[in-house]
Amino acid sequence: MNTILTILIVVGAIILVGAAIFAVVKRDLILATVATSVISLILSIFYFILQAPDVALTEAAIGVALTTIIFIVTIRNTKRFEDD
Amino acid sequence: MSNLQILQITFYGAAILLIAIGLYAVVTKRNLIKIVLGLSIMDSGVNLLFITVGYISHKTAPIFSPSVMAKYKTIHAAAQAMVDPVPQALVLTAIVIGFGVTAVALALVVRLYRHHNTTNIDEIRNLKW
Amino acid sequence: MKKAIAIILLAFIAVELFVVFYKIPFGADRMNVARFYLENSPKKLGVANAVTAIVVNFRGFDTLGEVTVLFLASTALGSILFRRREIHTRLSHLRTSVEASVIVRIAGRFLVPLIILLGAYVFIHGHLTPGGGFQGGVIIATGFLFLLLAYRKFTIEHRTITFVESLAGITFAGIGLIGIFLGKTFLENFLPAGKLNDLLSGGIIPLIYIAIGFKVAAELTGILDTVLSISIDVKQKEIESQTEKNE
Repeated sequence: MNTILTILIVVGAIILVGAAIFAVVKRDLILATVATSVISLILSIFYFILQAPDVALTEAAIGVALTTIIFIVTIRNTKRFEDD
Repeated sequence: MSNLQILQITFYGAAILLIAIGLYAVVTKRNLIKIVLGLSIMDSGVNLLFITVGYISHKTAPIFSPSVMAKYKTIHAAAQAMVDPVPQALVLTAIVIGFGVTAVALALVVRLYRHHNTTNIDEIRNLKW
Repeated sequence: MKKAIAIILLAFIAVELFVVFYKIPFGADRMNVARFYLENSPKKLGVANAVTAIVVNFRGFDTLGEVTVLFLASTALGSILFRRREIHTRLSHLRTSVEASVIVRIAGRFLVPLIILLGAYVFIHGHLTPGGGFQGGVIIATGFLFLLLAYRKFTIEHRTITFVESLAGITFAGIGLIGIFLGKTFLENFLPAGKLNDLLSGGIIPLIYIAIGFKVAAELTGILDTVLSISIDVKQKEIESQTEKNE
């Protein structure tokens, strides 16, 4: 893999870990859920770079659409904010 | 440091950090939805680790498409130029199963919320059933 | 304090894991059994996508178990969020409190058939291109999710979902059993392999993947319908409290 792609992958990994920390720390659960869908999006690009197009398709469809929607429906019917 | 070494640190580091961050949410958080969120992040980390272990540099995806066959002529030569397909097949089903597990866990959270009117695990523990 | 201890312990675990995994060289060739799969999936089975060959044929029994796990998840979800059927049909118009905007509804008419067509394409060509039953099923479920969110009156008949799901499951197991009756093993290929990269190639593999596609689509649509029906209960409570106030 060439240098430009390497730099892009490192930036993507930083966003990935940042989104994961945001999802865990943030008290607003809706924003945390959106952060997990960002994680799924970047992971699906990583799977494509790692020559796994089948897995990339699955991750894009499930992680970005379906997991997010069931989390949002659950949060809408319980409490939106996490209290200590 | 070569590109490959940087990529090795990046991919393994990202996968292991995802597992650790998810585990942190599961261990310290008191909100049930946050715990399920942490489990799903851990799931993603394990999947990334599997795919990273199966990757072989300068090789293509394991699909014998017409363009690949035109480039390598024989099946044997094409098979030499492909990444490991076994982890991909494992992760493919693991993602779908992970969605099912998340859905069941969230349904349980909704049931607990209706019963106790809270999603805090400490308050639920103190209440009588 | 508790969080600090957790962070220190998890950092220790992460460092240990990293040291262990750093010893596995990234991008090095260490295939053993996979070499056999890669050589034999185009030669013996006539399947271009090696991942499909592994999921459906070499580890087909595994996949049968995994589809069963998904079925169990969908059943468990239904029993956890149980509600009587007449209440469900009576209150299903309460799923979305506000009507979706006109842009979403009109766009849905054009998009949903295309989404379902894409899903069908993905699982019919599962043995040639990336994708297959799992991905196609998920894409079709996304199309039904669009319908459930955009239209208030759209309901899914659970009897139809159960029928499609059982039929697909029976097809999967039945194709496997035909192999036994023809003197081979369970899920072994008994149809001619055909030419590589033809649509009609791969013997029983496209048939099984189409069955998996229908099964996954039905199961995930059922899961989404059950999860979205949670909101109906909340609405029902609001209505009940309002009627009590009025009385």
